[in-house]
Amino acid sequence: MIKTTRRQTLGLMGAGALAASPLSFGASTARAATKITVLNWQGYGTDEKWALEKFKAKTGIEVVHDYFSSEPEMLTKLRTNPGAYDVVLINSARTQQAANEGLIVPVDFAGVPNSANLSPELKDHANLKFGGKTFGVAWVWGITSLAIREGDKKPESYAALADPAFKGKVALFDDAVTGVAIGALLSGQDMNNPSDLKAVGDKLKGFKDNVKLLWSSEDQWNKSFAAKEFDLSVYWSGAAVRSKRNSKLPVEFVVPKEGGIGWLDNLCVPASAPNAKAALDFINYMIDPDFYFEWATKVGAPASASAAAMEKLPADDLNRVIHKQAYLKTMTIQSALPDDRREAFNNLWQEVKASYAG
Amino acid sequence: MPADIPVASTGTPSGVPARRGIPGSVATIALLLPSYAWLLLAVFLPLCTMFVFSFMNATPMGKTPIVFTLKHYQAFYTQPYLVKIAWDSLLMGFWATLSCAILGFFAALALARATTGRVRETLLILILLPFWTNGLVRVFSWTMVLREGGFLDMLLHSVLPDAGSIGFLYTRPAIVLGLVHGYLPYMILTCYIALVTIDDSILEAAESLGARWWTILGKILVPLALPGLTTGAVLTFVPVIGAFMEPRILGGRVGVTMGTVIEDQFTQAFNWPLGAALSFTMLAVVLAIFATFSGVLRRNSGAAA
Repeated sequence: MIKTTRRQTLGLMGAGALAASPLSFGASTARAATKITVLNWQGYGTDEKWALEKFKAKTGIEVVHDYFSSEPEMLTKLRTNPGAYDVVLINSARTQQAANEGLIVPVDFAGVPNSANLSPELKDHANLKFGGKTFGVAWVWGITSLAIREGDKKPESYAALADPAFKGKVALFDDAVTGVAIGALLSGQDMNNPSDLKAVGDKLKGFKDNVKLLWSSEDQWNKSFAAKEFDLSVYWSGAAVRSKRNSKLPVEFVVPKEGGIGWLDNLCVPASAPNAKAALDFINYMIDPDFYFEWATKVGAPASASAAAMEKLPADDLNRVIHKQAYLKTMTIQSALPDDRREAFNNLWQEVKASYAG
Repeated sequence: MPADIPVASTGTPSGVPARRGIPGSVATIALLLPSYAWLLLAVFLPLCTMFVFSFMNATPMGKTPIVFTLKHYQAFYTQPYLVKIAWDSLLMGFWATLSCAILGFFAALALARATTGRVRETLLILILLPFWTNGLVRVFSWTMVLREGGFLDMLLHSVLPDAGSIGFLYTRPAIVLGLVHGYLPYMILTCYIALVTIDDSILEAAESLGARWWTILGKILVPLALPGLTTGAVLTFVPVIGAFMEPRILGGRVGVTMGTVIEDQFTQAFNWPLGAALSFTMLAVVLAIFATFSGVLRRNSGAAA
């Protein structure tokens, strides 16, 4: 659900995509007409028209797209259409599964020179590793953490959600995985595999007097925040950028000491890719600071995994201000959840919600 | 299921005289077949599929091997908080249905007794009008009315500038209000159909014999409109128990009902079997309630006749 909303928003913004000013490229290394196919969400960066035109002018490689609308669909497409795709976008929580099934190959970073600029916390994240090798190039990331009304005291810990000062002024994201993650971080556990679910539940139930509503869409969040229904909320970093920039809401994004709940999308090369070399060229372009600058400033983008790309943004750019490089140190990235754990999380979340209603 | 009740009450043309030599029974079957085939296809088959799903250990879309199990039907036992949610949902359904019945009966009475011709038609259209707008839009507009500093507060403050807020968004009454708004037209229409058939002369006779208005209401109008009230109550109660949009948007933190729990199982948790098992358990509870009440109603109407 998070993903769809995020991407739909991007897609909407991308619909108004504009032709970028021509940039000078070095010697054009045009090759014989090569064509690669990218498998991604629609309107999610890789299919920006201006970018593909520039990439083709630079390398001679033509890029076409196929889209998926859910992560299981992406895996199914990889399994059933070998040889059809050269680049695929995979959420880091799914990378190991794809590697384990032999759907993708380890990345030869020699073919991706821009990878030298990637933040090491993301480039070498454990989620991207399988059998000691890295199977994906970290591309974009974001955080779920706290948002607070400007002027209020910034919370230092998620414990602020239970602080009597915010009685009736807190909003939570209605999502089991996020809810459990906050309870786990607050009780000092691994959010991807908390050993004591009861402690997680107790922490979450402790927010009861403060919780005003459980939001499930960005639009709902914006309307309620504008109506001053709550002052402190669990929120997405990318949505905070949009609320501040597009809706002009007085919101401040804060990552407390326990660290944020992160997600990381990476670009991978399928094992059956017909043009693995050209695929790496394209991935290299996707983490190029020049591309990211255009994408982030003219269309709107999540945070880039490339530190150089983030530094290229103006110092006061909201995307850069909100996605501080320091957050990468404390952020925990969501991993894959086995079915039984997911079910346990969902049941716990229902129980917590029932306690709020009771 | 709700769709076939008005159809049945307007009468299936089973008594059509077979003038051209087609036997009556054949004509009846031919006329009934399309709708029963459609009901079989669109209601019975999906229901059966869900019933089978409710015994599986995982949603049958993926690589998990499917094992048949009864564990989802133990949910009310293993997760006792569900019992409280179910009870709250039934209570909410009760209040919403009762409010609909009172408001709907009197609205229908006014329509049937105090209006005629064009005025009546216009008023009926006005009652149906909200049905033509999207339900989500209607619920969201209530949030603007009910929230602190919303239209309701603005109205109050224009009279009493110093009064506090009377906005009650994110409370149970707000949910009931949204549900009543959504389902009131069903109740008005079913009561109206029952009331409009009451012969004026019966009421005139009662009046000429000196009956007061409350006697007429209690002894004639309500008993004769009882079939309409019952149909309306069933048409309201069942969807209200399963409603998830109104609780989610108007309920905030207290908006946790069986409807939202079941919806979460399908959309968020991807645990269709548990969602299906909870649905069938609720269906059983609702059917049990109806079975109890239909006995009571039948005895009462029998005594009246």
